[in-house]
Amino acid sequence: MGVTGNPTSINQGTRTKGGIGESTLRPDGILKVTGEFAYSSDMWHEDMLWGHTLRSTFAHAEIVSIDTSEALATSGVYAVLTYDDLPSTVKNYGLEIQDTPVLAHGKVRHHGEPVALVAADHPETARRAAAKIRIDYRELPVITDEASATAPDAILVHEGRSDHHAGHVPHPNIVHRQPIVRGDADAAAARADVVVSGEYVFGMQDQAFLGPESGLAVPAEDGGVDLYVATQWLHSDLRQIAPVLGLPEDKVRMTLAGVGGAFGGREDLSMQIHACLLALRTGKPVKIVYNRFESFFGHVHRHPAKLWYEHGATRDGKLTHMKCRIVLDGGAYASASPAVVGNASSLSVGPYVIDDVDIEAIALYTNNPPCGAMRGFGAVQACFAYEAQMDKLAAELGMDPVEFRQLNAMEQGTLLPTGQVVDSPAPVAELLRRVKDMPMPPERQWEVAGEQADVRALPGGLSNTTHGEGVVRGVGYAVGLKNVGFSEGFDDYSTARVRMEAVAGEPVVTVHTAMAEVGQGGVTVHAQIARTELGVSQVTIHPADTRVGSAGSTSASRQTYVTGGAVKHSCEAVREKVLEMGRRKFGTFHPAWATAELLLEGGKVVTDGGEVLADLADVLEDEAVDIELEWRHRPTEAFDLRTGQGNGHVQYSFAAHRAVVEVDTELGLVKVVELACAQDVGKALNPLSVVGQIQGGTIQGLGIAVMEEIVVDPRTAKVRNPSFTDYLLPTILDTPAIPVDVLELADDHAPYGLRGVGEAPTLSSTPAVLAAIRNATGLELNRTPVRPEHLTGT
Amino acid sequence: MDFLRPASWEEALAAKAAHPTAVPIAGGTDVMVEINFDHRRPDHLLDLNRIGELTEWEVGRENVRLGACVPYSRIMEHLRAELPGLALASHTVASPQIRNRGSVGGNLGTASPAGDAHPALLAAGAEVEAESVRGTRMIPIDAFYTGVKRNALEPDELIRAVHIKKADGPQQFSKVGTRNAMVIAVCAFGLALHPGTRTVRTGIGSAAPTPVRAKEAEEFLNAALEEGGFWDSRAIITPSVAKQFAALAAGACNPIDDVRGTASYRRHAVGIMARRTLGWTWESYRGNGRSTEGAA
Repeated sequence: MGVTGNPTSINQGTRTKGGIGESTLRPDGILKVTGEFAYSSDMWHEDMLWGHTLRSTFAHAEIVSIDTSEALATSGVYAVLTYDDLPSTVKNYGLEIQDTPVLAHGKVRHHGEPVALVAADHPETARRAAAKIRIDYRELPVITDEASATAPDAILVHEGRSDHHAGHVPHPNIVHRQPIVRGDADAAAARADVVVSGEYVFGMQDQAFLGPESGLAVPAEDGGVDLYVATQWLHSDLRQIAPVLGLPEDKVRMTLAGVGGAFGGREDLSMQIHACLLALRTGKPVKIVYNRFESFFGHVHRHPAKLWYEHGATRDGKLTHMKCRIVLDGGAYASASPAVVGNASSLSVGPYVIDDVDIEAIALYTNNPPCGAMRGFGAVQACFAYEAQMDKLAAELGMDPVEFRQLNAMEQGTLLPTGQVVDSPAPVAELLRRVKDMPMPPERQWEVAGEQADVRALPGGLSNTTHGEGVVRGVGYAVGLKNVGFSEGFDDYSTARVRMEAVAGEPVVTVHTAMAEVGQGGVTVHAQIARTELGVSQVTIHPADTRVGSAGSTSASRQTYVTGGAVKHSCEAVREKVLEMGRRKFGTFHPAWATAELLLEGGKVVTDGGEVLADLADVLEDEAVDIELEWRHRPTEAFDLRTGQGNGHVQYSFAAHRAVVEVDTELGLVKVVELACAQDVGKALNPLSVVGQIQGGTIQGLGIAVMEEIVVDPRTAKVRNPSFTDYLLPTILDTPAIPVDVLELADDHAPYGLRGVGEAPTLSSTPAVLAAIRNATGLELNRTPVRPEHLTGT
Repeated sequence: MDFLRPASWEEALAAKAAHPTAVPIAGGTDVMVEINFDHRRPDHLLDLNRIGELTEWEVGRENVRLGACVPYSRIMEHLRAELPGLALASHTVASPQIRNRGSVGGNLGTASPAGDAHPALLAAGAEVEAESVRGTRMIPIDAFYTGVKRNALEPDELIRAVHIKKADGPQQFSKVGTRNAMVIAVCAFGLALHPGTRTVRTGIGSAAPTPVRAKEAEEFLNAALEEGGFWDSRAIITPSVAKQFAALAAGACNPIDDVRGTASYRRHAVGIMARRTLGWTWESYRGNGRSTEGAA
């Protein structure tokens, strides 16, 4: 807990306008829609240079030699850097395992790995100079899957591993392995009347944030550097950047620049160190902006996975056991792979009660593109597979797929395979009931009386491939289990600095955190919390930077919980201080100062009976109350490396979807008509934002169901479609109606009872769409995304 | 790279004659992508945007003379009656912003097998008006596409207009992509009924090295329609005839496997689109216009 003891129990109420529970509008919303918002790629500095990254053209090769002389001789070029130019003894970075070279040394391990940097006075000059760098590669065989990674003669992607997972993995090309064993799955299998199994394949999804990686590094007079960058976690970047630059952390000052989406893809560093190196070398500000092509190589992706599942059930529909094996392809560098393994294994059971389980999840090192964090983080892949299994079991038993799920649904008090008890509401059966009870969208919506077929309502859309021929409707359901916050014993804290002062006779509040606003709406919610807690309408959100303590990552659905919790906590401390000041100044004039519960409302100190005791401006006068505190959620534990036992997660979140699709069964094209969602959010601090998060997550899940996939050539490990021409994202015409039913069942352990929102809908959306397509076509479909070839057998 | 900005068509022809490797640019839909990806770096770009006549069209007795730079959005708005197949194809081009800039001249200049206009031009029947300082010639659309992204233009020639036969019967266009809008064709199919000549013409996109007609399918169908007296009776086409037409259309493909789709899917899908577009146009010809032309 924080350093000032327990939060006060005063209930501030919701009488201050713009407080929690209201759908206040985002300060950045209109600017973003009208194109006026300044993104990190829009920054400009007088006299700045442009950095460019030269990347490997092979996925696995030794670097025999690098000749930069011609590039350096190019007019307008200020610096060309390779591994040999790195200034510090620290030359690698990484979120958990420092295995990623800042610039390749002797070897490249994936297609598009950074090898050299150029700074020039024009971006085109930098790019052309980079093309003049001569690299002599000697190609190596590529490792692309489990078989090639663990073959007896497999080349080790990383020689001489000494990281903390190296000791317990069965092969050096396995980043991390997490088994979970509970009960006796084999014995329980003997009780099963039906057993179903399946192998499932999950494709590689890209975060595809619209604002590419970009930032500006400005060298400072003290030998340090100021870095303005779009990221998800300033302090995690700082911890990785400073050692490579050979600088103490206080000489690397970071400020968050405008972020155009993240979805996990900005947890790892991209251009941060490169821009700083070039700035420090040239003594000039250096800007780096990736284009879309480079962005596909500039960040990690969602782990593609192969999953094998076996479930059993009794004739009356109770699950007996589950066995699964999940193989995640982590690509060339570890990134967040260990934590993704922890999630995939510990959440592999889904939101169901199964006492006897045998679970194993691993992540591989291969020469495929590195994979790491993306919305849903390991839970997404598992959900795709176990929900397919639930449908198979229901079909085998002749039961309704929703009733079968409800019969086995987890609830508050359920013991998970990790031994952790779910100790807050888990309304899984209720969420399923709610989506099932929603009215169905009308049939044949493309038929307009007396008109031509409206192709927008049909598979193929504007491409005019059907006017109803071959079209079959399907309906599918899915529900998922996601954790909220960082798990497995991580010290997952946040920091908030809150200042209250009187300006021109009015109390104003400033909230300063290092939270990365990546579009999730944190800045909106922080102001709402401050208004509720401090009864002041005028709240300013200070730009996020490293002059305040860490806020942790904008990921794992955690920021409203953790940094929101920190803002609340610091506001409570400010409120106590202000009341103390009030008692000191005015306590003798009114007995209520000593006896009543006091609240801050409407810029005044009031009693719980509503009597005004003082204006905050009079309490404060010229004095500002300024408090910075850390706040932590309940601690978690690591999972046992052999048994997977441990209270590993902070909180669980649940969403259910019903998908309605129209499938052109002859052409294999899909129109998702509706994706209804019900989700428990504990407490909706901003209902509009909550619905936006749910709809966004739902669409991202739809994307990987029917179109989004990075295609990697299995022979060369090269990316085949690094552009938005061939990496397809859903357009508005692919986006269905998304009715959302929000439940608010408070989690008593969380601030305001809230539950992290952002990821759960991404889990269940994909399997619901797949289930609906299976329902329409009768095909097994064990792979996502589904392509027309899969639906037409061609 | 020099950027040439002729103020008139004559200046443009002179510039092209002086710089035969100059790349003409209008909407930039294809050219700018190629430049941005550094796939090509021409010595000269020849900007056609100052030449107003290229964005004009004339509706004649038999043909529409469509200026090379008429944007797709104008075709959709103003030429749906005369060029229904091309209007449908235009609607499948990229996004509204790109349809405001992209033009048929660009599609022809690039001559990509995936260009959306090609199947509609092949099915309708068209001639490309190519001009150089040496003079003007009309290139039949069937002779225009000479290879993957290659066309019959001489180095000093520019496309001034395309003359497209006005529809004398129903036309249709279908395109398969793995997204419901804003997608490059996995494969496409255009079909036009020509009751005046009692013929059917087709065009296939993205399923062969160049846009092609399904000639065997057309010949089979023309013969079957003639023999069965369908043009006069307007009877429903026998399913076996439609099926054989679809099979022959699929057979006219010579596709590849690529990241957008497999060869066997392309063949399959062209067959389905051939059958459906024949059904829609024929229903329309029979006088039952409802639900035959996709609207949006």
